[in-house]
Amino acid sequence: MIEVRDLQVRYGERVVASVPELDVRAGECVAIVGESGSGKSTTLLSLLGLTEGAHVSGSIRVCGVEVLQAPERRLREIRGARVALVMQSPQAALSPTTRLGTLMRRALKLHGRGGEQGAGPEPERGTGRKARQGKVRRIMVDAVEAVMLDPGILRRYPHEISGGQAQRFAIALAIALGAEVILADEPTSALDVTVQAEVVGVLRRLRAERGLALLLVSHDLALVSTIADRVLVMKDGAVVEGGPAAEVLAEPSHPYTRELLEALP
Amino acid sequence: MSEGLTSQEGRLEPRPEGAPEPVRLRRTLPKITDRFAAAGAVLIALVLLATILAPWLAPYPVDRLAPVDALLPPSGAHWFGTDKVGRDVLTRVLYGGQTSLTIAVAVLAVSAVVGVTLGVVAGYAGGWVRDVIMRVTDVFLAFPALLLSLALAVVLQPSVTTAIVAIAATWWPWYARLSASVAASISTRAYVDAARCLGVPAPMIVLRHVLPNSLTPVLVQISLDAGGVILTAAALSYLGLGAQEPTAEWGLMVEQGQTLFTTNWWVVTFPGLAILMTAFAFNVLGEGLRNALDPRRVVK
Repeated sequence: MIEVRDLQVRYGERVVASVPELDVRAGECVAIVGESGSGKSTTLLSLLGLTEGAHVSGSIRVCGVEVLQAPERRLREIRGARVALVMQSPQAALSPTTRLGTLMRRALKLHGRGGEQGAGPEPERGTGRKARQGKVRRIMVDAVEAVMLDPGILRRYPHEISGGQAQRFAIALAIALGAEVILADEPTSALDVTVQAEVVGVLRRLRAERGLALLLVSHDLALVSTIADRVLVMKDGAVVEGGPAAEVLAEPSHPYTRELLEALP
Repeated sequence: MSEGLTSQEGRLEPRPEGAPEPVRLRRTLPKITDRFAAAGAVLIALVLLATILAPWLAPYPVDRLAPVDALLPPSGAHWFGTDKVGRDVLTRVLYGGQTSLTIAVAVLAVSAVVGVTLGVVAGYAGGWVRDVIMRVTDVFLAFPALLLSLALAVVLQPSVTTAIVAIAATWWPWYARLSASVAASISTRAYVDAARCLGVPAPMIVLRHVLPNSLTPVLVQISLDAGGVILTAAALSYLGLGAQEPTAEWGLMVEQGQTLFTTNWWVVTFPGLAILMTAFAFNVLGEGLRNALDPRRVVK
């Protein structure tokens, strides 16, 4: 799903992220860990071709699209529809003047998901407007229920829901659009512990049920150890260590990884 | 507030013990609880009602000339007196509101649409697009509003339409500048990034996210400006460059009555009071809206 080779992101002379190799296959969960400013988020954004003003070199293949060479239109097609980003501050990522249902319906329309793909049942061609609307409604309800939210939430405004609900809604949006890869940027750090568990539970279940690939950026090693198959440790923009999660976390070879582990309570 | 929410649908489980209260953003259109805003709204409603219903409320036909009744002081027959050609001042004030308020609405609509469109595009796009739009705006801002209006009104034929065009030409840059700065800050919000990450094309991001979320301060500014526009229109008419006889318009009435102030005070006073009251009402509404919509204000 994701294949990164010799990625380097520079702002001017400063290298903010340098990743020699990063692969995420379907159904796999890879975590990038490291402290703030270590280049984790930049790496994620570069996968969507959204590092404005930066100089990006190397090769990034996402869902078969060569990100650095693809035209903007092609990139817009994969953004959201095939690769979804779940952000750190879930509520800030929702426009305060738009109802959640409206937002999801627009996103579906934007990517032409009237039921052709994604979570909904197979549609028949030539159905009327009403039937299409029903289909869209179905996709939305299914997606929302898949993350264990009540469909009534679609009528809500972002300020009327909690952080955990907002984060699950972001995941529901990815499901509705039929995304194959979820990029999650500190998806739980703005949430409190019990809500974190819910969100992680949802992510884990979707990965198992739908074969979603998951690329997680986090500084929460406890979270990483419960969900990730492989781990990449970044420091000051460079990858210092990588490998199967169990190995890296049990026997860290780099002093920085050891430091991170020792910082765990 | 949170009690009410937990009992509604859309929330499967109550928020766990100790979970943080989620940040609540105020709605864009709040209930007008602010006392100022309510007072302003009531005043404006009264003014609007009085001018719209002028044909029924006015005691005399608007253009009824009665030289015999010229310059009568306020009385039972003519509450606001009569002017020098014997027209009923109350009637003229009621009808004059139609002209003055039409000018105000037209000017604000035109300048808000033009200004906000350019401003939001400038604010979102940034870079050279913003530079070009903002420099043009600055050129317009460099002229004092009344002076530019005057120049335009002289070039074009003096009329109500000219007044509207002239005032709108000097008014839109303020909206452009205001909405550009608001839009620029909205454009850095996470939900705009999120929209980009969803593959939403830029024009749609501007239309669906930046614009609606930038409107609040503009709405406030519009209500604050309404009084100013009426005053400017009055000033243009006063200088003979706006509405022309026999149109009833407040500024024009003040202009015609001013020489009579020492001898026949009512001719100038009542239209003047009408301008004052309307401008005041809009200002109060604007001030109230600003308070009501201020996100920093704690919800009571």
